[in-house]
Amino acid sequence: MQSSVNEERQATAAPATSASLPPAIELKGISKAFGPVQANKDITISVAKGAIHGIVGENGAGKSTLMSILYGFYKADEGEIRIDGKLTPIPDSQAAIRAGIGMVHQHFKLVENFTVLENVVLGAEDGQRLTPSLSKARKSLTQLAKEYELDVDPDALIHDLSVGHQQRVEILKALYRKAEILILDEPTGVLTPAEADHLFRILRNLKNEGKTILLITHKLREIMDVTDSVSVMRRGEMKGTIPTSSTSPEDLAERMVGRKVLLQVDKTAAQPKENILDIQNLEVIDSAGVRRLKGIDLNIRAGEILGIAGVSGNGQSELMEVLGGYRKGTGSVKLNGQELDLTGKHSDGQSRRHRGIAHVPEDRHREGLILEFAAWENTAFGYHNEPEYNGKILMDNATIRKTCAEHMEQFDVRPPNPALHARNFSGGNQQKIVLAREISRNPDLLLIGQPTRGVDVGAIEFIHQQIIELRDQGKAILLVSVELEEILSLSDRIAVMFDGQIMGERHPETTNEKELGLLMAGMNTATSGGTA
Amino acid sequence: MQKLPKWADIVLIPLINLLLAFLVSGLVILAIGKDPIVAIQTMIDGAFGSTTGLGYTLYYATNFMFTGLAVSVAFQARIFNIGGEGQALLGGLGVALVCLSIDWPHWLVALPAAAIGGAVFGAAWAFIPAYLQAKRGSHIVITTIMFNFIAASLIGFLLADLLKVPGSMDPATANFPPGAHLPTFNDIFALFGLDVFKHAPVNVSFFVALFCAFGFWVLIWHTRLGFAMRAFGQSERGAQYAGISPLKITVIAMLISGALAGMMAINNVMGESERLILNATEGAGFIGIAVALMGRSHPIGVILASILFGFLYQGGAELSLWEGIPRELVTVIQGLVILFTGALDGMVRRPLENLFLILRKPTKNGAV
Repeated sequence: MQSSVNEERQATAAPATSASLPPAIELKGISKAFGPVQANKDITISVAKGAIHGIVGENGAGKSTLMSILYGFYKADEGEIRIDGKLTPIPDSQAAIRAGIGMVHQHFKLVENFTVLENVVLGAEDGQRLTPSLSKARKSLTQLAKEYELDVDPDALIHDLSVGHQQRVEILKALYRKAEILILDEPTGVLTPAEADHLFRILRNLKNEGKTILLITHKLREIMDVTDSVSVMRRGEMKGTIPTSSTSPEDLAERMVGRKVLLQVDKTAAQPKENILDIQNLEVIDSAGVRRLKGIDLNIRAGEILGIAGVSGNGQSELMEVLGGYRKGTGSVKLNGQELDLTGKHSDGQSRRHRGIAHVPEDRHREGLILEFAAWENTAFGYHNEPEYNGKILMDNATIRKTCAEHMEQFDVRPPNPALHARNFSGGNQQKIVLAREISRNPDLLLIGQPTRGVDVGAIEFIHQQIIELRDQGKAILLVSVELEEILSLSDRIAVMFDGQIMGERHPETTNEKELGLLMAGMNTATSGGTA
Repeated sequence: MQKLPKWADIVLIPLINLLLAFLVSGLVILAIGKDPIVAIQTMIDGAFGSTTGLGYTLYYATNFMFTGLAVSVAFQARIFNIGGEGQALLGGLGVALVCLSIDWPHWLVALPAAAIGGAVFGAAWAFIPAYLQAKRGSHIVITTIMFNFIAASLIGFLLADLLKVPGSMDPATANFPPGAHLPTFNDIFALFGLDVFKHAPVNVSFFVALFCAFGFWVLIWHTRLGFAMRAFGQSERGAQYAGISPLKITVIAMLISGALAGMMAINNVMGESERLILNATEGAGFIGIAVALMGRSHPIGVILASILFGFLYQGGAELSLWEGIPRELVTVIQGLVILFTGALDGMVRRPLENLFLILRKPTKNGAV
């Protein structure tokens, strides 16, 4: 079936030649090991010219390694790369650019205080004098903008642009360097649904011009929407390439994990009871004087999950940090009817924990865990002053080790080795260590940010179940996630944040991604509080 | 995935670094027309060949243990205390003031009092940069360096104007009373009828230093303060999440660091010169940085590195004395050791890591 698709495309792309066109990218027998870790094992993949090809796989499946090899960051131990049928060794990214490959990284590589134009030219200047390069770039930027709906103001500074526009600059950079093949690594992670739609339109335009696009994502919906074919990777191996038209999200998930996966969360209706958290007119002004929270009003009841939807950077992190005790704010926050100290002596993480707030932070690498600490030390992290972990003077390391081993058993952490450094666990297992630590303290309120970011599909299921179970025990849960699907499937109520404000509250049964997407973009169509 | 086995990290790499340093030093000695083999023999002989030589080596090592631990303890919280020199100078003032304050009945009383005096003065000198960093964001590397100069000037002024013995031309305090004299190794072994460590300045402070190293280990790996310090050192945001106050940790870590540096004075001021003189520290505060680097901020490593640098100091002195190799060249050799063990660590580390990766190549089906 795939071959017939290819033939069709080739027929339109090259009507003059009868011989079939070589594929744009051909990787043969690529292997790459990092010590005993075999990141890529004998990977063979071929992508037709002018196709949008998706690559899916869990974290650590080897997608990024494979793309890094293609872009010249790593050198493969074995195997060969062919571009347009020609054997092309790619020792560094300069060689990749020469071979017509462009990459849009997950974390943009832009100079914040340069203009769009300067960023596009950076590294591709024609000579010592900048002016001719800039005017040349300006011309071709205007051209590209028209061709592909890629309009950005060439004289705008990067830090004034929205994330969606910054991403366009990254694409423009690649196109300006004459990229014929574009690799996008998790491009929609930071976009609103509308921005993501725009990106996909751009990608389709690029495809129509004969560009080849490799899309790495973990969002199966996107794969279904935009790609022509998709390759599944698992544990460093290529588990096959299939035309997108002949697969489904469930099928892809099963291929990624190797077993049947529940994509829908199984839960009963919430039984909310008394108010646990009551936030009124919460304001946060950051050190630069910018108002990050502009009068937030929220409440969460016992036995209820309140989901906060929104594009990252709209105040969700600040909200979590104020509640977690490590950012100062003004306004009123009541927990079980009693005021929390937002600025004074008791506005720190330790005091919050004593008040019954547990916090699984958004960034487990920089906050939730100390990566260089052993797993057992992380079990005490944040609770290291608690009496049960301490003797009179010394810490009771034996008890902490034992507690960690218990957590690992309850939460199925693998490998169940408390002495291993946190860095050496996979994303899902790291998250389980954090979650176990926070849940085990029997909190009244759990703050949980991006619970499944960078977590493998198998562990997502487990973590979601834990959150639902906690809710059913009568805890109040504040969930922040940029994954709309996660918000929709877990929350009992959804509040949408935009620019430090709550744009409105919805119920998951009566709303949809489109409506939430509009709210996330700051457009309040319906009267707030009502259901659409 | 650990890149290197632990033994390679803490034993093999420093050893290779050291060998490289000595190799280059040998070439330098060769270049000025001397025999490197004879030179190394002279150094080893001078530093370890007699109990007197060994006594000097251990005396220097004691200084470096204090300053090395001082730098290490701050570094556990990822604070670069470059001010060990100034804190040790001020520690000397504290020790001198305590020793001269009364006619001490016995050294067993005088030693703890003097140690506290040195620690308090050293800690106080470290407090100012710590507070400035935590509260005002003044970079602690810059402020501690500046405080070294201020300390030197301050001590110079005090010795020349206020603490000098009236009528004397020597900018130094009066000699300490006999009750404040610390027993040297020579005195201690004399109790057993042994006449060793003759004329060597090594004294009971050596054991105080070892005790401090043990205390360091307990503090860092077995108390909640040590836990908080290490957590803060690894991730400041993480520490804030956990409710650890950056201000508190920065100040406490620097106070402990300054106290350790200040305590060095019980060795050089109280134990050796028995009065406060100009430039009493002889750069030991700076050597402490190299010692901490080489010892990977671990007490065992610091002890070993201190003895190595004690050897370099004592052996180097012998070298200039007997072989006519200029004193400056000895400094060059010390510099090379610091360069190879500290700054050029990655030069050896990376190839070695790759080598270990190759050695541990998985079998074909060895997935993660």
